[in-house]
Order: sequence, then C-alpha cells, then structure tokens
Amino acid sequence: MDTLEQIFSLSLFLASFRFATPLILAALGGIFSERSGVVNIALEGMILIGAFAAVYGSASTGSPWIGVLYSMIAGLAFAAILALVCVTFKANQIVVGTGINIFASGITIFLLQVLFGVKGTSPMVNRLPAFRLFDVRFNPITYIAIILVPIVWFIFFKTHWGLRIRSIGEHPAAADTLGIDVNKWRFISVLISGILAGLAGAHLSIGDGSAFVREMSAGRGFIALAAMIFGKWHPFGAFGAAMLFGFAEAIAVRVEFPFIPSELISAIPYVLTLIVLAGFFGKSVPPAASGEPYYKGEK
Amino acid sequence: MNNYSEKIKSVLTDLGLSLLSIVIALIVGTLFIFLTDKSPLDAYSALYIGSFGSFRAIANTLWRSTPLILTGLAVALPFRAGLFNIGAEGQLLMGGFTAGVVGFYFTSLPAFIHLPFAIIAGMLVGGLWGGLPGFLKAKMDVHEVIATIMLNHIAIALTINYGINIFRDTGRPATPRIMESASMFNFKNIMDYPLLSNLPFAELFAQPAIRLHINFFLALIAAVILWYLLFKTTLGYEMRAVGFNPDGAEYGGINASKGIITAMFISGAVAGLAGVGEVLGTHLSFMQGMDAGYGFTGIAVALIGQTHPIGVILGGILFGALAQGGLEMQFSGIPSEIVMLIQALVIFFVAALQVFKVYLAKRKAKGGVE
Amino acid sequence: MAREDNYILDMQNITKIFPGVKANDNVNLSIKKGEIHALVGENGAGKTTLMNVLYGLYDPDSGQVYYEGNKINLDGPQDAIELGIGMVHQHFMLVDPLTVTENIVLGNEPRSGLMLDQKTAKKEVQDISNKYGLFVDPDAKIQDISVGMQQRVEIIKTLYRGAELLIFDEPTAVLTPQEIDELFEIFRSLKEQGKTIIFITHKLKEVKTISDRITVLRSGKSIDTVNTADVTKEDVAELMVGRQVLLEVEKTEAKPGDEIFNVENLNVKDNRDIPAVKDISLSVRKGEILGIAGVEGNGQSELVEAITGLRKIESGKVELRGKDITKYNAREIKREKVAHIPEDRQKRGLIMDFDLKENIILGYHDLEPFSKNGIMNYDNVAQYTQDLIDKYDVRGGGMEAQAKNLSGGNQQKLIVAREFSHDPEFLIASQPTRGVDVGSIEFIHKQIIDRRDNGAGVLLVSAELSEVLSLSDRIAVIFEGEIVDVLKASETNERELGKLMTGSKAEAGGESNE
Repeated sequence: MDTLEQIFSLSLFLASFRFATPLILAALGGIFSERSGVVNIALEGMILIGAFAAVYGSASTGSPWIGVLYSMIAGLAFAAILALVCVTFKANQIVVGTGINIFASGITIFLLQVLFGVKGTSPMVNRLPAFRLFDVRFNPITYIAIILVPIVWFIFFKTHWGLRIRSIGEHPAAADTLGIDVNKWRFISVLISGILAGLAGAHLSIGDGSAFVREMSAGRGFIALAAMIFGKWHPFGAFGAAMLFGFAEAIAVRVEFPFIPSELISAIPYVLTLIVLAGFFGKSVPPAASGEPYYKGEK
Repeated sequence: MNNYSEKIKSVLTDLGLSLLSIVIALIVGTLFIFLTDKSPLDAYSALYIGSFGSFRAIANTLWRSTPLILTGLAVALPFRAGLFNIGAEGQLLMGGFTAGVVGFYFTSLPAFIHLPFAIIAGMLVGGLWGGLPGFLKAKMDVHEVIATIMLNHIAIALTINYGINIFRDTGRPATPRIMESASMFNFKNIMDYPLLSNLPFAELFAQPAIRLHINFFLALIAAVILWYLLFKTTLGYEMRAVGFNPDGAEYGGINASKGIITAMFISGAVAGLAGVGEVLGTHLSFMQGMDAGYGFTGIAVALIGQTHPIGVILGGILFGALAQGGLEMQFSGIPSEIVMLIQALVIFFVAALQVFKVYLAKRKAKGGVE
Repeated sequence: MAREDNYILDMQNITKIFPGVKANDNVNLSIKKGEIHALVGENGAGKTTLMNVLYGLYDPDSGQVYYEGNKINLDGPQDAIELGIGMVHQHFMLVDPLTVTENIVLGNEPRSGLMLDQKTAKKEVQDISNKYGLFVDPDAKIQDISVGMQQRVEIIKTLYRGAELLIFDEPTAVLTPQEIDELFEIFRSLKEQGKTIIFITHKLKEVKTISDRITVLRSGKSIDTVNTADVTKEDVAELMVGRQVLLEVEKTEAKPGDEIFNVENLNVKDNRDIPAVKDISLSVRKGEILGIAGVEGNGQSELVEAITGLRKIESGKVELRGKDITKYNAREIKREKVAHIPEDRQKRGLIMDFDLKENIILGYHDLEPFSKNGIMNYDNVAQYTQDLIDKYDVRGGGMEAQAKNLSGGNQQKLIVAREFSHDPEFLIASQPTRGVDVGSIEFIHKQIIDRRDNGAGVLLVSAELSEVLSLSDRIAVIFEGEIVDVLKASETNERELGKLMTGSKAEAGGESNE
C-alpha cells in the first residue's frame, strides 16, 4: 500500500535525522541541566530566541554562520537568567522556566515588529549551506548534533567534569563536603543547555528554513524533555528517543494517511510524547536531586 | 491575639511582594518601550486611559479580566495541591468548542435549558481535559507540565484546525453562530430587558462598545467557591496537604491520587468556563484566534495573586487592565506584545521575590532567638 | 592567641546562629594531638554544628579557629581538606549510583589527559584499604553495599586526602555492638598511626570505652572538658542535661491480656523491589510492649509501613482483634483505633508547612467534631488543639505556628499528642525519640508506658538498644528481614541482643517465635 511504502522509505528515515536535530540538541542540553540538578523547562523559550537571533544575525551581517553564533549567545543569555534566578537566588525552577518561555514568545514577536517591522514572519535571510541526500536536505547543524552525542557521553562518563556534574545532581551535599562548588557547576551546566538549545533554534530558522516564524519552536522544547526522560538522561538514549520523535514528525509532514484527517496528523508527535511519558515503554528515574535548589549548610 | 497579627503581617507581605513585582516589571517594561522610540509616558498614560479612563473602559477591563480570572484560578488551585497546570489554554479551547457546538447545534431549546446545558457541557469537557493529565500524573507519574503542554497542542489541532473545518458553514474560520437561546447576557443589551432597564445605572451600560457579559460574575462566583473549597472543606484540606507533603498526606490516610485528579478536573472545568464565556458571551461562535494565550497569562495571574482565589481576582483584573489598555497603547504605535513581556517579567519577579520572603523569615528568626 | 604545641586544634568563642536557634554560643574546644576526643551532648546541643564550622561547611558568626598553631579561615570544605581535616558524616555523604572508587576520588580525581584515570584511582583506594585494614569493594556501587562498608568508604575518603584530624559524627548510630567494637579497633589503629580523632556521640558507654578526654556541650554552650578516666557515665549525663538524670525508665510489671495484633508469614519488598520482610510472624497482646530490636535497614521500616497501610504487602496476613486487615489502607487502619508514630516525623508525621491546628487533625480530619459532611469546623479544631498543646506542653508559638518552626522534641510531642488523644488500642511507635531532647524523651517514654498500662498493645521499633530494653516486655530481634528470636526483656541484655542483631541465633533461653 502506498502509505506503508511511504513510511518505510529511505528518504523518510533520513528526514528523521533532520527533524530530530533540534530535539537531539535540546535534549542533550536538558541532560546537562537536569543531571546537575536543575529542571530546565525553558528549553522551549531558548530554542525560540535562538531561532530569532539566528535570523537577526544572518540578516544584519549576511552570514548565516554569524547567525549561528548569535543563536548560541541568545540561548546562553536566557540560560543565564534561568541560572541566576534559580541557582543563585534559588527560586522555583518550573515557575521561572515558564516565565522565560512566555518572555521568549513575547520578545520575539516584539522584536519582529521593532527590528523588522513585520507581524508574523521575518523577511527571508541567508540560510546555512546544505546538500541533498536521497531527496532530503541536510545542513551542518545536523552533523554537529550527531557528533555531539558521543562527545557528551564521553564528557559525562569518562571525564572528571562529568563525574562531578553527576554527583551534584544525585547528592549535592556529598559533593559539597568534598569541596566541589555545587552552584558553580549547576550554573555552568544550565549555560551549556542554553547554548545547545539556541543552536537547535538556529537549525529551525536558518538551517531548515530561511526565516523566523512566530512561535516556530512549536513545543519542541518539551518534546526534547520527553526524549531526555525516555532516554533515561543518557546521551545515547536521548538520541534514540529524539530519532523516534523525529520520525513521527517526518511522517506527519510527508506521509498521507487516508484515514486520518490532515489537521490531526500534526498532533501525532504530541500524542506520541504523551504515550511515551505514560510509561508504556518503561519507567524512568530522574537524578535524585533534580528540581531542588541547593542551600549550602542547610542540613 | 498575637497570632492574628502574624497572619495579617503575612498577608501584607504577600501583597507588598506582588505590588513590588508589578512595579519592577513595569520599570523594566519601560526599557523595552524605549526600544520603540516612543515615550514611556505616552505609553503608560495610554495604558491607563484605555483601562480605567472611562466607564466604558472599566467595563471592558472587567470583560477582559473574565477569562484571566478563570485561567488564573485554573492554575492557582492545582498549585496548592502541588501541581503545575500549564494546560489551561487547551482546557479553555476544549470547553469553548464544546459550548460553541452545543450552542448552534440545538435549535429549539428554551434559553433556561440551552444556556446552562452549554455551560455545563463546556465545563465538563474542560474538566476531562484537565483530569486526563491529572490521572496520568497520579497513576503513572507523568510530569504534568509536559503532559498539559502536549494536550494544549493536541487541543489546538482538534478544535481550531480540525473542529472549525468540520462545522463551519461560511467562509469565516469559525463554527456557526450560536442560537440566541445559548448566548450569555451582554450588558450592552440591558435596555432590552424591562426589569433591568429600570435599574439606576442601566443607561451607563447601554453603550454598544461595552462588551462585559455575565461570565464575569460567574468568574467571581467560581473564585468564591474555590476559596471555600480550599480553605473550608475536607477536600481542600486534603489537596493542600498533598501539595505540601504527599508522604505526610499518605500517612494521614489521604488518597493523593484522588486529590490530584480532583484538583486537575476542577481546574480544567474552570478553564473550560473561560472558553465557554468567550464563545457564548464574547464571540458568539468558536473561532480561529481563540488561542489567545489566556492560559499562559493565567499563570502570571495566579502567581501575582499568590495563588489565593481572592488574589487571583485582583490579579485577573490587573492583567485585564493591561490587555485593555494595551489596545490603546497599540493605537499610539507601541506593539501590544509589551503586555506579554510585562506578564513574563511579573512571573520572574514574583518567583524571585518569593526567595526574599524566605530571607525575611530567616532574618526575623535570627533576631528572636531562644 | 593559640595554645602550646601539643594542641592540634583550638576553637575559641565560636558562635553560630540559625533561624530560631543559637546553635553554638561562645563554644570553646581544644584537642590534643594524637588523642581520641569525645564531643558529647544531647540531640540539639550543637555538636554537629560545631564540627561543620571546623570542616568549613558553615561560617561562624564569631570566634576563631587555630589549627596546628595557625589561625585558619575556611572558605569551604576544600580548605579544611587541604589542611588535613577529614569528616565522616552521620548521614553518609555518598552518591548512590556511583562506585566506591568514584566516591572516594570525587573532587580529587587522578587524570590522564582529558580522561579520568580509573586504574590509578582504583589502585590508590586499594593501597589505603590494605594499609589501614578497611575492606571495601572498589567497583561496587554505593547503593549495593552494606552500611558498614559504606562507613569504611567514608573513612578511606578522608585518608585519601591526607587527613590527620578525623571527625566522626555519630558513627555508631547505624552499627551493631559488634560492629562498634570493630570501629573502635579502627580508631585505635588510626591513633597508632598518629592520627587525631574527634567523635561526636550522645552514647555514654562508648565515651567511656574509647575516648581519652570528653567535652560536653549543652544547649549550644560548652560546659566542661574532662579526662575520661576521672568521670563516670552518670557524671557526664548530669553535665549533658544539667540535672540528675534517670538513665533507667521506671515501670511496673506488665499485665498482658489477649492477643490484639498479629502478622503471619508477612512478605514485603523495599523500594528497589528486593524482599525486605521475609516471612515474618509476630504477635502483640493487650497491655504489653513488644520491642523490635535491630540495626536500621534490616526491614523494620518496611514492616511498619506494611502494617500501617503505607506499603504493599506481597503475601501474608495481618490481623487486628482477629479481623483480617491485610488489605486495609492507611485510613481504614487508623479508624480501627490504631495509632502510628512514624520514624520520620518530617516526612510522614507532619505537614511542615501546615500550622499546629491543621497538623493535630492530620489523619482524623474527616471525622467529627473536626468536620461534618465534608465541611471543616475549624473552631472545634482550634479548641482541641489548644487542649492538647496545654496537656502535652508543646512549645513553639501557639497553634497558629507552623510545624516547621518547632524543635524536634516539640514536633514529636505534637505527633504523640495527636495519636494518643484518640485513645488507640494498638500503638506502633517507630524511633519515637530520635532527635529528641532528654526531657521530652522521658515524657514520651512515660506516655508509652501509660498507654500500655491502660490496656493498649504497643509495637516499639527502635535502633536505640537501651530504649528497647528499658521499655519492652518482650523483644523480637530482626536481622535481614527475618525475626531471629523473641525473648523476654527481663531475661536478656545488650550483649546478647547485639549478637542476635548480627544474625547469630541465641545459644540458650528465650522463646521461639512459633
């Protein structure tokens, strides 16, 4: 049947990589943050601001690579806000994360008006160079994402930095008593998550497309979190999960289902996320100290 | 008694922190206004005139605050039970859509049946859309933040993308206009009702530009009911216990699952009522654009109201004023997204200042030692 | 001014304040090089706080610390570690999913290039392990090893970093009497190697056994420093409390009636799905106290949770007054006039953010007169709360105060007040005096005995052998999820119980549990 053929085609498989890219990056970022003990609900907002910054960078300098640089800086900046308010000031991580997401939505639309004079979609800008493989267009960020997976694994499980980050996410007091600066490492981990999320945004706006569209992150920050949870906070696991979601999105975009109305197909990735989270594929246990601010000497 | 002065002090502190957050947010918002090359003074005076500068303005501020009070309650109640309901948006859409369909589909019901039927149907569906993530959380430990956000996106696909397309009868991207029998009373039509038109202030309301309708009062009633529920009933006691300490609640024989699911169901129903009001009172059909971000603003409203139902009323009116005044600002050339920014800033500062509360408590304790 | 050479440590006028409490009030402590020094005081006296200041975890609000003659200013534990100060905490500072080696080298990891040098790390661990006779498995994960081994890991952690002064905070809380002997052997071995040891404890017997000198803290102040040889346990107790202390509970002979509670072949799993309670059978009669003695972590917690409806029962039967309550949930069990003083008052026993009123009704909130038809009657609640606060002398600011602002002892009294006020016929008390000041301990013990004398059956679970011995009429010893033996309290002693707690069966005497 036509539908099945479409699903099992090579080009769909390859397209999954493309759709999975922002999820891989954001999920890796989420792993850094959560493994160190900070829940990063604001990945969504960081992706969005990264997407916008990339377009702005490309528009003002003509170079999409500068756009990529801008996206990482923007993600870093927003992550710095999260880190400052949640790690240093110890405010509620979920509330502040939600605030950042709302702020990102607002500021991107606001800046669209102020910087570009438009309401919903920015003007076209130079996009990243790419090449086609079996009818699928790949840009450099996809490669970066895939290469980062084993690199992040190495960092976490073979270096002393990774050992320290893992320990502060599981038992921050233990690390503290050995002289490790818990809040400093958490701050750094959150910043890293912002850089990666910003890069994910750049993929969306100038890697995959060539403009910024309002709300273009479309919930990917949250799907990335689900991928991270499903992947048990492990880089390879998150990669696999992100590929699954990427596959779902690829299907939603490229395959015609005779029996499902097209308007509902767009909901597939979200429904899949719910099913995955509900544990139909097994339970996941987060780092023990995730979500709680660390107070020095408050035992 | 000593203890009541403690309670009053704590309420005042909460109030003070909320006000401080607003002030700081407005100040930072001013910086953004500078980016637009317009004068902040113009901006804020436009804001004021648009929201409180005339009877019509005030009435419309209350109109705008209606869905916000309701979504604020929808966030505040579960918060007390330890949950983050980011899904008010989706619950609102599901409730509103249901009301819209019930509103046009039944053509020969009398008003006293049709309207309540539509309202209840909307609230029920909204409740289910809230109860579902509650159930997932209670039984399968699914993080409700992600679940509710997923359901938001699914709701948009179901109602705005798909639902409108199925039912639309004209070129307009909306469901058909609802029957008169299902519409909520709009104050601008007050002169059509002999009893009401004799009331002293009736004429003030009779302006065509006034959009206030009775859902505002339903919202106030909902707030009072939720306040009573939280603080005067055993169910409320149990919800709050679960919110503070699920293990302690379990020890006390409290069924945490029941508390979580109930809180989320009620929350979804209240958010659903927001959608119901927008459809049956404001637009008279379910249309594209109904996903106007009320659910997310509700988060800011809940926080600024310190998650207390009465605080939520005040917070809802504040943000209603921002929205109403924002329109006026737009006429002066400032993008109304400023309002969204101010909302987000309010959330930050409320969250950040909570920490201040903890600091104050420590300082006080250090002084009164032994 | 620092003192002369043979003092390795001199803490002068240390003051440290926390919200609601002055933990250290002008405390003075001097330690001689190479000695074993006991720091004693009851719970809440300020011992741990003082050591945390020494270790750099807290900044003192005032005072000076001199180490090896030099004034020191610590920015954090890293500084203390560099100076040669090491600490073995009461609640182990170990990261469960990481291995023994990883935990030991964390923060001072040997590296080769970018990578962590696992081989070198493991070798260094083994070297220390062999030198001091501290057996550990370098590749095992912390969550899989025994408590005794975990403690040895903590000790190796300090030696790995070159500790010369070792601080032990309540090291024996989790050990059997035999393991305590082993630990003291380690102390002696460390002393021979020239190390200095400070150990914090509230157990007077240990102090007499191993220490050279003793410093007593009470209510945040340093009271006195004495040579161990010059004082008796009673002298030290008096210094700790400030008055003559009854070290034994006074009680009359029990008059037990019919059986009120029993479990048969009970099987329960722990949080990691491993069997924690294995085929246990027990019974409690009216008017008697059955004590369960055992080192923490041998299944007692899971047993208590299972019989109070807080944990799933895999198989077996639970009966109350002959009625099968195996499938009952926590609420239903409470309604059967069963009271439960939980082992973790902050997690289970109270809602810390609620005020005292709302905590007094926890578990009973849906009953009259507190509520009717789902509507709360807070006037009645207030009345009830005030009565209980007065009767049990719960201090901390009146009924509008939040539970978290009360001291440990008052929190426990609140829980006791609540549970006892409903006239329970069967009482389960789990670690009822943990972290509680001596005055409140006496009070709570008396309440439990009174309950027994009024005809209630009591199941007492405690890690404090002295408490189990002094309160119980019969004692069941639990080891690795099984009941090893059940004995009459009057017919046994700490030594015998200690042996049983490590799993060896009694040679003679005592009832069997069938």
